[in-house]
Amino acid sequence: MAVQEFVSPTSLSEAQQAVGDGTASSWLAGGTDLLVGIRLGARDPARVIDLKQIPELTAIQVDETAVRIGAAASAFDVLHNSDVPSQFPGLAEALNLIGSTQITGRCSAGGNLCNASPAADSIPALIANGAKCRILGPDGERTLAVEDFVVGPNQNALASSELLIELILPRPTPGTSDAYLRLTPRTEMDIAVAGAGVSITMDESGECTAARIAIGAVAPTALLVEAAAEALMGSQLDQTAIDAAVAAVRAAARPICDKRGTAEYRIHVVGVLASRALANARARIKKAHS
Amino acid sequence: MNKPLNKMAVQATINGESKAFLCSPGQVLAEVLRDELELIGTKIGCNTGDCGACSVLVDDRLVCSCLVLAAEVEGKSVLTVEGVANGGELHPVQQKLLEHGGLQCGICTPGVVIAAKALLEHNPYPTEEQARYWLAGNLCRCTGYDKIIRAVLDAAKTMRGGAA
Repeated sequence: MAVQEFVSPTSLSEAQQAVGDGTASSWLAGGTDLLVGIRLGARDPARVIDLKQIPELTAIQVDETAVRIGAAASAFDVLHNSDVPSQFPGLAEALNLIGSTQITGRCSAGGNLCNASPAADSIPALIANGAKCRILGPDGERTLAVEDFVVGPNQNALASSELLIELILPRPTPGTSDAYLRLTPRTEMDIAVAGAGVSITMDESGECTAARIAIGAVAPTALLVEAAAEALMGSQLDQTAIDAAVAAVRAAARPICDKRGTAEYRIHVVGVLASRALANARARIKKAHS
Repeated sequence: MNKPLNKMAVQATINGESKAFLCSPGQVLAEVLRDELELIGTKIGCNTGDCGACSVLVDDRLVCSCLVLAAEVEGKSVLTVEGVANGGELHPVQQKLLEHGGLQCGICTPGVVIAAKALLEHNPYPTEEQARYWLAGNLCRCTGYDKIIRAVLDAAKTMRGGAA
């Protein structure tokens, strides 16, 4: 089989019509995973439905309460043509790590999420920032937290006719910042051995009043580690609290051994990354306070 | 004449000229550029978006043309290496690659030219580190990259009007 049909709907209702007749269809955002998958025979859609002519899917909007990133908005547009990097520097770090400049020009946070690689860089950063998925299906809309969207390696929670419209991130409250770090053997063009995304909130006295820590490439899906956040809450982010959070991160990790590293190595590294990401987020908060 | 079964008619601006072409729904831009439009400057290396040899600009955005469906460029503007020089006058990036010996076998060169041109339009004052990161998706097995980077930084200087 090969792709028999390419359609380019210009509205959400046209997109729903395009997927409604039972033909094996794939949504096309940036195509940096889909087109490789088709070439390698891992994906075999008869119909490809381009999402980039639908305004909601490529818009990046900031209002008083939330930042909304259209599921097909390119990482390049998020990084260079939006306020996302100033609101979520950690998410920007993660998106900037996805492939080369050429890949960043096409790939999207929504596509990275739907592709659901265990090692996806943007997913821990989205989870750390409490991102929600707005999903459209034949029976209307539903909302799902990013940590519940990925259900297994390369498996997401979308039914075959459902569409991820956008990612909704609550605006950071004062004293909040995020950070994302990953380890790769090369400095560019590589896949994470482990990754850690954090978002923390500190009040004027330096007490941690909110925290979310998510880890990637150390389990079948990116994980939100609630025990690590609990270890930080109410602390001054002192070494004891950080050590407890790192221990919780390592306890949650259940990686595989593969060519990129052993399970033991990944468990060690993900703790180091979480600790350093916390330090980076804290430094950003202090800089904003000063 | 009827169009062949299952082929799509696409209209796009290619290197400044309005062009119409036919493509299969699943055919990638790199293939159409080479096989339909005879723009064989664009090379296909890995065909999976890793090597950058097929780099082109679509509406001024640097992309791998092996990871763009030809049908997606309907109404858009595509720049390939054939459209970079101004007639017989080489673009500064091309001129400096020649002067610095920033190419040997030449397979990566069209992609390097396009990617470097995109860099200098995005950032006229790149540091060496910024240039290296921007071009990290353009693999070269000949030069060891150093001469390419020197050429790109020198081209940046030229394009700024010789100022440091």
